[in-house]
Amino acid sequence: MSPVLTLGVVGAVATLLVLFEMLRRQRLREKYAVIWVVVAVGTVLLVIFPGLLTRASTLLGVQVPSNLLFFAASMLLLLLSIQFSYEIGRLEDRTRTLAEEVALLNLRLEQLTADDPSGPVEATEDDLGGDPGGGTGDGLRRD
Amino acid sequence: MSGRPDQRILVVIPAWNEAGAIAGTIAEVRASQPDLDILVVDDGSGDGTGAVARSAGAQVVRLPFNLGVGGAMRTGYRYAMQEGYDVVVQIDADGQHDPSYLPQLLAGLEDSDVVIGARFAGEGSYAARGPRRWAMRMLAAVLSRLAGTRLTDVTSGFRVANRRAVRVFADHYPAEYLGDTVESLVIALRVGCTVSQQPVHMRPRTIGTASQSPLRAATYLVRAVVALALALVRRWPAATETLGQEK
Repeated sequence: MSPVLTLGVVGAVATLLVLFEMLRRQRLREKYAVIWVVVAVGTVLLVIFPGLLTRASTLLGVQVPSNLLFFAASMLLLLLSIQFSYEIGRLEDRTRTLAEEVALLNLRLEQLTADDPSGPVEATEDDLGGDPGGGTGDGLRRD
Repeated sequence: MSGRPDQRILVVIPAWNEAGAIAGTIAEVRASQPDLDILVVDDGSGDGTGAVARSAGAQVVRLPFNLGVGGAMRTGYRYAMQEGYDVVVQIDADGQHDPSYLPQLLAGLEDSDVVIGARFAGEGSYAARGPRRWAMRMLAAVLSRLAGTRLTDVTSGFRVANRRAVRVFADHYPAEYLGDTVESLVIALRVGCTVSQQPVHMRPRTIGTASQSPLRAATYLVRAVVALALALVRRWPAATETLGQEK
């Protein structure tokens, strides 16, 4: 094995180890690990069987095999970035909904405790990390 | 003459860092329409807007962080649905909308589901120039066509909606750029609500000015075109995994 190929194997194995450790510590969810495992295993395969890459290049008419590798790698990264943008958008959407729900529940709680003078809690903006100057709820009188 | 007497009307005021203006706006709404309930949606303000609004006598719902007008308004619409209001009035916190026009807007609900308080519609004076003006013209033209009636000021944040439209907005009120104005109208129209307008005079903003530099106006034009195009082609009903369960 040439030094360059050894580099490929070392990189792939290191990636697999990091992934394994992150999964073990529950820092990474399986659905995101799968694609990286596939990439790492693919790299190892290409290192062991370099003929695969040359054959694929000839088939596709790419003159320099490494160019095919670069192209495939950048396309993969592009697609993953798009997927992450999608996931972030979905998370933002959910966060937004949760924020709205929390705000409405908080108002509801305020109204309930205002109706009931023995109410155990005061839900003010302090609980939400809001401005400390915030007063008690409207009509939340203690007499 | 604030709509029919049996209607329960909620005024929703989205407010972000408007501690200086909010009390005046609430007082003004009270003065012109004493029997309406007022809900201020404090959109994650850091200046105590919520506390000011509460001491001014409004109900306050406080978002834990800033969501933009779209998020604030959807919260308001959902509150209106929960509490069974028939009509929701949206009015800006900064005092540029004059609540004395409310009777006209509410009267407009007789024959449409959403009524916009519109500048450029004969009353008041408001001049926009250059790309910003083109953008507003373009938005107005496209939405007028969709609505089948003349709309001159689709980016106005002064509007009233009846229960039919409130139900739609409680589920779908976009947080995207121009979503709270243009896209929400497109959504309402696409689900079959009717939209009309009433002429209003708007006061100059008390705080802040609309961007008038040519570059920013041009950016506005581009973003408006993109936002409108997306609103028109977006698959509908949109992905509603988080809210679809509510009916």
